[in-house]
Amino acid sequence: MIGQTFEVTRFNLLSMKDRVYSSLVILVGIGAVVAVLVSILAMGTGFQATLVDAASPDRALILRKGSDGEMSSGVGQDAAAVVAQLPGVIGVSAELFAVADVPKRDSDGVANLPLRGVSPDGFTMRHSVKIVQGRMFKWGTREVIAGVKAAHEFQGVDLGDELPLRDMSLPIVGFFEADGGAYESELWTDVRTMQGALRRPDFSALRIQYDPDMEVPLSDLVEEDKRLQLDFIPETEFYAEQSQGTTAIITVFGYVVAIIMAIGAIFGALNTMYSAVSVRAREIATLRALGFAGLPVVVSVMVEALLLALLGGVIGAGGSYLVFNGYTASTLNQASFSQVAFDFAVTPELMSLGVTWALALGLVGGLLPAVQAALAPIAGVLSTE
Amino acid sequence: MTRLGFLFANLGRKPMRTWLTFLSIVVCFLLFGLLRSVGTAFTAPPSFSGVERLVVSPKYSIIDPLPISHVNSVRTVPGVEAATHSDWFGGSYLDLGLAFPKYPVEPIEYFDLYPELQISSEALEAFEKTRTGAVASRRLVEKFGWRVGDVIPIVADIYPKTDGSLLWEFELVGIFDPADEASANAEDFYIHYEYFEEAKQHSKGMIGWILVRVEDPAAAGALASAIDGRFENSRDPTRTTTEKEYNAQFVKQFGDIGIMVTMILAAVFFSILLLVGNTMFQSFRERLRDLGVLKALGFSDAQVGRMIIYEALVLTLTGGVVGLLLSQVMLMAVSSMLQSFGVSSLDPLSMLIGVMTALGLGIVVGAVPAMGARAVPIVEILRARA
Repeated sequence: MIGQTFEVTRFNLLSMKDRVYSSLVILVGIGAVVAVLVSILAMGTGFQATLVDAASPDRALILRKGSDGEMSSGVGQDAAAVVAQLPGVIGVSAELFAVADVPKRDSDGVANLPLRGVSPDGFTMRHSVKIVQGRMFKWGTREVIAGVKAAHEFQGVDLGDELPLRDMSLPIVGFFEADGGAYESELWTDVRTMQGALRRPDFSALRIQYDPDMEVPLSDLVEEDKRLQLDFIPETEFYAEQSQGTTAIITVFGYVVAIIMAIGAIFGALNTMYSAVSVRAREIATLRALGFAGLPVVVSVMVEALLLALLGGVIGAGGSYLVFNGYTASTLNQASFSQVAFDFAVTPELMSLGVTWALALGLVGGLLPAVQAALAPIAGVLSTE
Repeated sequence: MTRLGFLFANLGRKPMRTWLTFLSIVVCFLLFGLLRSVGTAFTAPPSFSGVERLVVSPKYSIIDPLPISHVNSVRTVPGVEAATHSDWFGGSYLDLGLAFPKYPVEPIEYFDLYPELQISSEALEAFEKTRTGAVASRRLVEKFGWRVGDVIPIVADIYPKTDGSLLWEFELVGIFDPADEASANAEDFYIHYEYFEEAKQHSKGMIGWILVRVEDPAAAGALASAIDGRFENSRDPTRTTTEKEYNAQFVKQFGDIGIMVTMILAAVFFSILLLVGNTMFQSFRERLRDLGVLKALGFSDAQVGRMIIYEALVLTLTGGVVGLLLSQVMLMAVSSMLQSFGVSSLDPLSMLIGVMTALGLGIVVGAVPAMGARAVPIVEILRARA
């Protein structure tokens, strides 16, 4: 039986070169499904990585009670002073986060460019932030530094340019990187400069570095103080939640498009395999008349379909990797209401997911024709023409 | 046998293949319809033509506030028929997952500016008179099973009350029905501005944006510039745009998604074109002998060629139209979910592009075998083993 299967499969594969064009249908159809699926999911993965990479387990955000983001929050000067004195706090950066309407480089419409006013501790606790071009801003001046991705995405974010904001304009003196994290999409300046520009006396949030192993957790001290009315949110939790909504939308979109395409690809694969089987109808009937069992015939057809599907899947996933891995896109992070640039991440997991899909599609596309070939009445097939 | 009958007899030669090809085409145009609808929502350019309402927002950032005095100032700009204001309240009801937008408004002014939001005069009067009152769209009321008189608790995120508490309680005093298609699925919740202004802890005297009804829709573009000109040198400069564009700016910020959609469409179309084309070539190749017989019977090359193209067209056009219609049915089913993204039914232009593409596809996949049938001598076709 195994010998039979092997022989029939070998014969079949050898004859595939006669069906190159119809085989392309499977290859291209499945390849396209995999490429689209992997590319869209790579977008979600990249977005998530950008946000999650910004988090550190020894940092936390302190927001006004009830706020779920820096944009809607507000923390007064007094509260900031109280928090700074709490045991377990290593560093405090009182920050003001806002967005400016600035046109993007690739379109006319304005988009929300995030601006962050920071305190000196803000740099100490975020060691990943490094100036890569130009220089650091001088404290107490209007100078700003721009994340490399903000510079890439927005018009007028160039060294030497000035960003107009309300009553003042802010000269851009340097570019910084932050290990690919979300900060790279922001502009940073002295928090007092931001307060002046926005005419706001308060901060939007406190970013603190703290000792997570205190006997009385810092979160309790902050949240149980009735005077403060503040929430304590560890960065890891904050960014995981921020990335959730958008990542979920991208993922759902990816799967919906891929499933519809997959249905189309299955029709194509069925067509191809039915015609492959019909071309071989006499050959298969002859084999069976000679005493070959049905199973080897089924296997030979399935192997052909799976082989083509596998090839299509590899081409689709590989193509997606070559074209999209590292491709920079930007979108609105709904949670922070500001633009975040991110790199597509075509990970090995996504590529193997794509190939798995390809094999599943090949299986579905090959099974029915294979069974039909194995069950067709021998005499009927042989007696025609 | 009539020509039409002959055509369908040919399609029925291998019903399985015909159906699979047909369904591939349906799927292709289904995707086209869905993606075009999404894509146009993300990329449609702004237009001032025939616009009746404008939105005046802060120039530098949409999260900035504007002083309330701007509203009266806007009313004095020639060409402004009426103006009112609103703001983004934020906050959450029961759970963040059940988010719906809440806006503080001046009841009479607001519903005057939005005649498409139908509200009974009693309900409007109650809203005007009840400081802690609120009105909600019917859809929202039905979603949560509210009844008029219910107290709706909202936990604030942006606006704590003066005493620092986050809990706002509003009494539902009325329900309104959006009469136009664009806001039919709205889940809007309006609260009374006076109460909001009095009870909020910060940003007193500030509002979010100003809504303007223009006197002459033809001059909306000029009016927008005039309004911005008035505030250009004030402490709070503005940016005036159409209502549609204002709503779209949030959607457009999803940014590169428009480009992504276009790329996916190209990939899908290319692969399906190849798929369908290939299957149909194959079908005609197998029938070369039949075509030879037809030619031997006296059918001209042109007649045979037309027949092949018609057959291809029947498949692609019916498949295309069914696919496009199916996409609209699917969009309607999920319209409430997509409404906030500005995705609505397919515009006529996209419909036309879809049908034209189906037409083009049919002609291309029909023309090549048609030419092939013409080139091959009858004798050779007939002599060849089938």
